[in-house]
Amino acid sequence: MIQLEHIHKSFRVARRSAGMKAALHSFLHREYTTIHALDDLSFTIGDGEIVGYIGPNGAGKSSTIKVMSGILTPDSGTCRINGRIPWRQRIEHVREIGVVFGQRSQLWWDVPVIDSFSLLQSIYSIPDTLYRQNLEELTQLLHLEELLRTPTRQLSLGQRMRCEIAAALLHSPKILFLDEPTIGLDAVSKLAVRSFIRELNQNKGTTVLLTTHDMQDIEALAQRILLIGRGRLLLDGSLQDLRRRFATGRILTLAYEGGALPQLPGIRVLTQEPGHARLALDTTCTSTADAIKSLSQQLSITDIAVEAPTAEEMVVALYKEYQI
Amino acid sequence: MSVQNLPRFRRPYGIFLRIRFLNGLQYRAAALGGLVTQFFWGGLTICLYAAFYRSDAAAFPMTFPQLVNYIWLQQAFLALFFVWQNDNEIFDCISSGQVAYELCRPWDLYGMWFARNAAHRLSSAALRCVPVLLVAALLPAPYGLTAPASWQAFLCGLLSGVLGFLVVVAFVMLLYIATFYTLSPLGLRIAVSALSEFLSGGLIPLPFLPDGVRQVVNLLPFASMQNAPFLIYSGSVTGPAILSTMALQCFWLGILFLVGRLLMRRTLRRVVVQGG
Repeated sequence: MIQLEHIHKSFRVARRSAGMKAALHSFLHREYTTIHALDDLSFTIGDGEIVGYIGPNGAGKSSTIKVMSGILTPDSGTCRINGRIPWRQRIEHVREIGVVFGQRSQLWWDVPVIDSFSLLQSIYSIPDTLYRQNLEELTQLLHLEELLRTPTRQLSLGQRMRCEIAAALLHSPKILFLDEPTIGLDAVSKLAVRSFIRELNQNKGTTVLLTTHDMQDIEALAQRILLIGRGRLLLDGSLQDLRRRFATGRILTLAYEGGALPQLPGIRVLTQEPGHARLALDTTCTSTADAIKSLSQQLSITDIAVEAPTAEEMVVALYKEYQI
Repeated sequence: MSVQNLPRFRRPYGIFLRIRFLNGLQYRAAALGGLVTQFFWGGLTICLYAAFYRSDAAAFPMTFPQLVNYIWLQQAFLALFFVWQNDNEIFDCISSGQVAYELCRPWDLYGMWFARNAAHRLSSAALRCVPVLLVAALLPAPYGLTAPASWQAFLCGLLSGVLGFLVVVAFVMLLYIATFYTLSPLGLRIAVSALSEFLSGGLIPLPFLPDGVRQVVNLLPFASMQNAPFLIYSGSVTGPAILSTMALQCFWLGILFLVGRLLMRRTLRRVVVQGG
């Protein structure tokens, strides 16, 4: 159980203009601005949930992860994870969580991956039997057989990320924080990472919170979305909720042989050529089924395609609505 | 190198020490280069002092054999006692933000970094001290390393060496903590290294400092690093002075350790890990 209540955190950032003069000036007199990285943030995540944490760059996603992993102490507010305050009871707390920072590596650069894993075993005091069992399972699910004896520096990004995720799970954590786990990965690696996370959640009931900019991650994984912007929680709901609110438009592409386009409420013509048209449909006025029915009555349609907005487009609409 | 072949430690401290040793063995050229430098430097320094001593040996606070012992010990245990002999990994990890992962581990960060710095120093000293001590002991009479005056002097020197080594590591911990605030640790490190080298007797042994200055410097924590054990071994500090020297070492070790732990706790509460 993860509970955050009224978390605030602000940073002072030194700023200066470009150029020598400004640099000299700031050497003597620094100007600081305060940035509210987290501004009254509250949410609760139950055991066994997969939650997608989204928001534009600089919204406070990484800061939240850092607070929840005990690295960052907030200015005010409370955070309890399985009953513990992460930054107060750091050592007990981190035993039960796994963290992957997508932009950093927790594997020792020069030594084979398996050596890093052994080191983690002794850091977390994982009993031998549990370690072997977890290692075997992770190796199989993430396809690590070939990688374990390779030094980290010689792995590709996708290979390394699979090893990073395995490294975060060797001690069987109850909660897994993934900060951009699919950043920079190719399609195959992304799919592998996603299906692994899903299986982990289903089989072991691990609570997963992942931040991402890739909406396909969210579509594939998250039952629930938290949207954060400028340090505030803007939206908490499922992808379906989001769809209901932001995916009310459809694009109809028609090919037809004769007849004139009918005038229907909620339909706007985007482009029209003889025998070919693109229409925008507002489903709050006319449902897709009704629209197709009336269109096919007046036109002899040869082909029709219906497009719903992608999750990506919805998020753009969402960011726009909240002006973040 | 494989961690798998090593005996299992419940605490990771032991593992870090072993990894360090194996890493040190891997860089044979570096170890060899270091050795040559130390012989050269030690030999040159001794020649220089020999010239001074020829003019008037009575004008100096240490006898020539005492000084020779001091210099060979210094060269043999360079890695243990010089503040600048650090492993840059920890400095880098703080300024790059990699420390985020170090903070997600169920360990006491102060203890861990202390152990890692100590391991780094011990492993590089272990590789270098034996050849230096061996060759220095074989050198002809006034220029070689000689046995201490008594077995008591040897034992006290050894114990004081352990204390001095711990004082050095406890001091470096403060530098690590400062890195959280300055981000670029280089400026501070250069200033502190130069100062500590002089004040600890790394450039010239502290007894050579003029009256007035010497008494003050002797009380500073830097005098509790290499100065104390080398003077005890070589017989420049004898009798009850040995006890007071070691008491002062314990005092500084306690203070540096407590201050370091306190600062570390404060720092981690307000630390900002850099980057995304």
